[in-house]
Parts: sequence; structure tokens; C-alpha cells
Amino acid sequence: MKLKGIRWSHQFTLLLLIAVAFLVSVHMSRHFLDPAYLLTATTNFVETGLMALAMTFVILLGEIDLSVASNLALTAALSGVLWAHFGWPLPVACMVGLVVSAVAGLANGLLVTRLKLPSLTVTLGSMALLRGAAQVLIGNQSITGFPDWFAGVDQRVVGPFPAITLLLLVAAVAWWAVLTRTIRGRMTQATGANRAAARLSGISVEAITVRVFMVSGLMAGFCGLIMMSRVGAARWDMAQGRELDVITAVVLGGTDIAGGEASIPGTMLALILIAVMRTGMGLAEINPETQHVAVGILLAASIAIPNLLRMRNGQKAQPAK
Amino acid sequence: MSLNRMVIAAAAAAAMTAFLWGCKPKTTAVTVAAPVTGTVRVCYIPKNTGNPYFDAVNNGFTQASSALHFKYTEQAPATADATDQIPIIQQQVQDGVNVIAISPNSPEALDPAIRAAEQHGVRVITIDADLTGSEQLRSACVLPTDFNKLGASQIELIGSLMGYTGDFAILSATTDAPNQNAWIAGMKVALKLPKYAGMHLVEIAYGNDDPQKSLLEAQSLMTKYPHLKGILSPTTVGIAAAAQAVETGGAAGKVQVTGLGTPNQMRRFVLDGTVKKFALWDPAQMGYTAGYLAYGLARGTIHPAAGVSFTAGTEGIRVFGTNNVISNGPLMVFNKSNIGQYHF
Repeated sequence: MKLKGIRWSHQFTLLLLIAVAFLVSVHMSRHFLDPAYLLTATTNFVETGLMALAMTFVILLGEIDLSVASNLALTAALSGVLWAHFGWPLPVACMVGLVVSAVAGLANGLLVTRLKLPSLTVTLGSMALLRGAAQVLIGNQSITGFPDWFAGVDQRVVGPFPAITLLLLVAAVAWWAVLTRTIRGRMTQATGANRAAARLSGISVEAITVRVFMVSGLMAGFCGLIMMSRVGAARWDMAQGRELDVITAVVLGGTDIAGGEASIPGTMLALILIAVMRTGMGLAEINPETQHVAVGILLAASIAIPNLLRMRNGQKAQPAK
Repeated sequence: MSLNRMVIAAAAAAAMTAFLWGCKPKTTAVTVAAPVTGTVRVCYIPKNTGNPYFDAVNNGFTQASSALHFKYTEQAPATADATDQIPIIQQQVQDGVNVIAISPNSPEALDPAIRAAEQHGVRVITIDADLTGSEQLRSACVLPTDFNKLGASQIELIGSLMGYTGDFAILSATTDAPNQNAWIAGMKVALKLPKYAGMHLVEIAYGNDDPQKSLLEAQSLMTKYPHLKGILSPTTVGIAAAAQAVETGGAAGKVQVTGLGTPNQMRRFVLDGTVKKFALWDPAQMGYTAGYLAYGLARGTIHPAAGVSFTAGTEGIRVFGTNNVISNGPLMVFNKSNIGQYHF
């Protein structure tokens, strides 16, 4: 009960911080409060958000997936190369890209479960491997000239709303429903909370872990296609370092980095907070280094404060893992 | 996963994709950039932050802005990621800037953002690198120097150091670097001139722009050719490595080293006499020229077209070439007497 109380209050804290960040942004730049601009700005955070949804499950299991941004780049590079250099129809090339991204995720999952390797090590390796593969495929050039039906997915709208932002919201609801309303989601939570106990109660811990890594890979691949369409180009160095933004959103959202506790609304609120802060600070011409510092302080505080709360409540502080 | 579930998942994914790519694109009203009558606002977006080269470009801009009294800011992305410049472009457009000057990290990935900026009546110019293939999206481009003349000027530089006679070698980057190969081709053409008839190019070595490999290549050149009088390295990594090799080999004065280098890297070798002179473009001049160009575009006093010219303050006349490209002045030659003034 107590833990649940803390989680609720964490989301409440995020809401308050969003409100503060919003008001500060309005105060700092008179151009901030423009709905059309704000809606356009959301499209820059969709890939991070979609990958963060899948990453929430990975971290819930007490694992980590550092390879998502590299997987994104490889999917874009592979689909782009198949289409541009081998003359494959674009939809087919994209499907192959997606399959490869899922296989890469599957491989991560199998290495973690079968060889009992720490996911940090496994995905650190695949992060380098997938990025390297993208670079080998595409070299230091860009693939461009996509047909009109494919390019500029961020420009598609439903009424005033960008379609990819709506998609992120729908995906978030679906992810939340899977986590809290399905047996599979409950089993994932149980596995994250106590692996041994979950195994004893007949849950196939390995199958769940493999599946979660596979979905994380597939989601990264899908984001690769979105980014390829959004910027109208495929390059090997797309989204470099983006895995850290993704993990930041998840952890800031209240998902325990040690596993066992996850919150999809928390991840989304954290993403909104980061988006408001970055957009507001960018408009106010605050340089990116300072933006990083601000988000970093927020992340450190979001980990430290729950521990302080626990200590005040007379519980043991959780050691950082 | 059962077959039914897989069908459901596949159907959901297909519906999602159909929805996403099936929606209609947003229609944007196009604003034509009119001459600015109030304060002109210019923003420069370099490739990344904390790079002395772009800091120098920024200094040039600042000089131009204080001379012409326009409001100038620099907004640098934290990393040189192809997509990191996109939100900055959007923010500057939203902030009502008149001209965006950008050193693009990836030409193609910025096309949509730059197109959107132009549609909002913001003029865009490129600096140091261009939007190759999409030149119509920006108003004009300022490049560091006329690269077609670079090879010939490098030969003159090494020739003057070795008295136009004797053996010399070239230390390049990688065998397939397009810039390097174009410049080396230019050098070979220049070598056919009677003035350089006494000079013999004995070898072109490749150090892959890796300090260690470049050092080894330079050392082996000196061993292989005992009468070597010069090493010409048109790459900043190579020239520093060659200078290092000559210094540690005690061959200063016997083997001349020159090429393209940055003052910060070469300062030590110039001050201790290992290297007499070397060249590079001055990024500050480029920023200064771009500042004058940006201001003139905003005020409506410069209309870029091939052959049209304008005056860039103390730098003098600049002329637009094909695709509205301006090649900034000739290379700057650095030596013991002037290197103290440059910090990039």
C-alpha cells in the first residue's frame, strides 16, 4: 500500500513539475504559448516516447536495453539500402527492416536468458554491433529521395493534431492496458518484483524476458522508419545517444531501475516534462549543455527523493544497483 | 503466442501503419520573406558546441553584428547528430528570427526543417558546408575558400620552402577521401608547370587521419627517402604527425613540413622552428562575410544570383558563383609572427 502511495505521489510530483516548467517557459519566451507550435514540437519526442514505452517493460524486469538507438539506425539504414541500392519496393524493404530489428531484440533476449549474461553487457555489445552494421551498410552518406507517400510522416495531421503524436498516446494507453489489465502484464510485473518467486509460481521467466527484449527491438525498428520518414533521410548516425534520453524518461517516470515497479503514466509524464523543458529552454535560447544539466539534476533528484521519502517513512533506503 | 494473437497483433500493426501514413499532410500557408525594417535578427547554428573552429566563425559573426547593429545569437547542438539541429531550427523560426545561418551536419536530414523555415518567411544560408543536392532550399552559401585552387596553392607553399627543387612526399588521409583526392589531383596538375619542374613527388602516403598511423607513415617516408626535402600534408592530423616525426627525428630544417593545419595544433612546432609556415582558411573571416550576407538578405539589399557581388565590410568584395555559392578569400598562411593571434 505504502509503495503504491509513493508511486502516486511521484506522478503527482511530475504533474506539478510539468506545470512549473510550463509556466516558466511561458514566462521566458513570449513565443512559447502557441498551440500550433507546441503541437509541431511534440513530433520531435515521439520516437523517444515509443521506445520509452517498451523500455519501461525492460527496466521493470530489472534489465536494460542500451541497443535501441543503434537498432533504430540499423533498421533505417537497412530499409533504405534495400530500397535505394537493390531496388526493392519500399514497403517490402521496411518490413525486412522491422523483422531484422525484432531479430536483433530477440538475440539480446536469448543472450541474456540462455547464456545468463547481464543485459548491460549484452546490449552494450549490440549497441556497438548494430551501429557498426549500419555504418558498414550505408557508409558516410545519406539515403534520400523517398516517395511523397512515405516522407514527412510528422507532417500528417488529424485535425490540428500530428498523427504520430496521436499514435504515441494510443500506444501509451495500449501499453498501460497490457501492463495492468492482462495476465501477461501481471506476470511481467511479478517477474520483475521477484524472479525466483515468479519462477516458483510457474511463470516462464525466460520466455517473458525474451519477449520483452524482442518487443523493445521491434519498437526501435518502427521508430527507425518513423525517423527515416520524418527527416527524409537514412544515415548510420541517426539518433546517436538517444538510448540515454529513453532511459531517462523511464527512470524519471518512477520505474525502479532495479526492477519490480513500473508506471506507464509515469513514463509519459516524464516524457512530457522533458519535452516541455527542452522546448521552453530551447526557445529561450538556453544552450543545450545547460539543458542537459537541468534534465540531469531532475533525474538525480527523481531517484534521490523517493529514497529519502522511504527513509523518512522508516524503511530501508534502496541501494543503487 | 497463439496464431490468433499473432493475427490480432499483425492486424493492429497494419492498422497503425495505415493510419499513420494514410493521414493527409498539413497544408502550410507560405509567407514570403519581406525586407525587414526593424531590428534584424540573425541566428547561427554550428555543427556542434565546444568546437574552436566554429567558435571562430561565431567571432566573425559577432564582429559583423556589432558593425551593422543586428541582433545576433548562436545556438549550438550538443552533439553533431544529424537530427539535433532540427529542433533548434524550429525554435528559431518560432522565435521570429529573420535569417538562420547553419553549418549543416547532414544536408538531407535538415531539408524538411529548412523548407518549413523558408515557408515561414525565414531566410536560410549555409556556412562551411552546403545542402548538396538541395541548394534551392537555401538563399546562399558561404564556403571557406575556393577549393579548386587549393591544390595549386599547396604546391606553391611547399615549393617556396624547399627552393623549388628536390624530392617531396604527400601525406594524405584515406585513399578514398573525396576532398583529399580532389586536392591531390589539383597538386599534380600544378606540378606540370615549368616553375615546379625541379620538384619530384616521390610518394603519396596515407595516414588515415589517425595520429599514430600518420606518424609511422611520416617516419617511414624519411627512412625510405634519405634525400627527402619536404612533406606536404593537406590534412590537420597528418601535418601535426609529420611535424612530430621531423622533430623527434632531429630533421628540422632538413625536411620541411607544411600543408593544412590548425594554429592550435601547430603552434608548438611553429614556435620551436620545426615548421616554418602552413595554411588554412580563417573561419572567422567566413563568419564575418556570412554576417554581412545575412544582414543584406534581411534588409533586401542583396539579391543572390551568379555574378552578383556585395561588399563584406573590411573583407572587401564577395561574388556569388553557381548555386549562389560564395568562396571566401584565399588561404591564410600562418607563421611565427602571426600565429599568436589565432586560437582555433
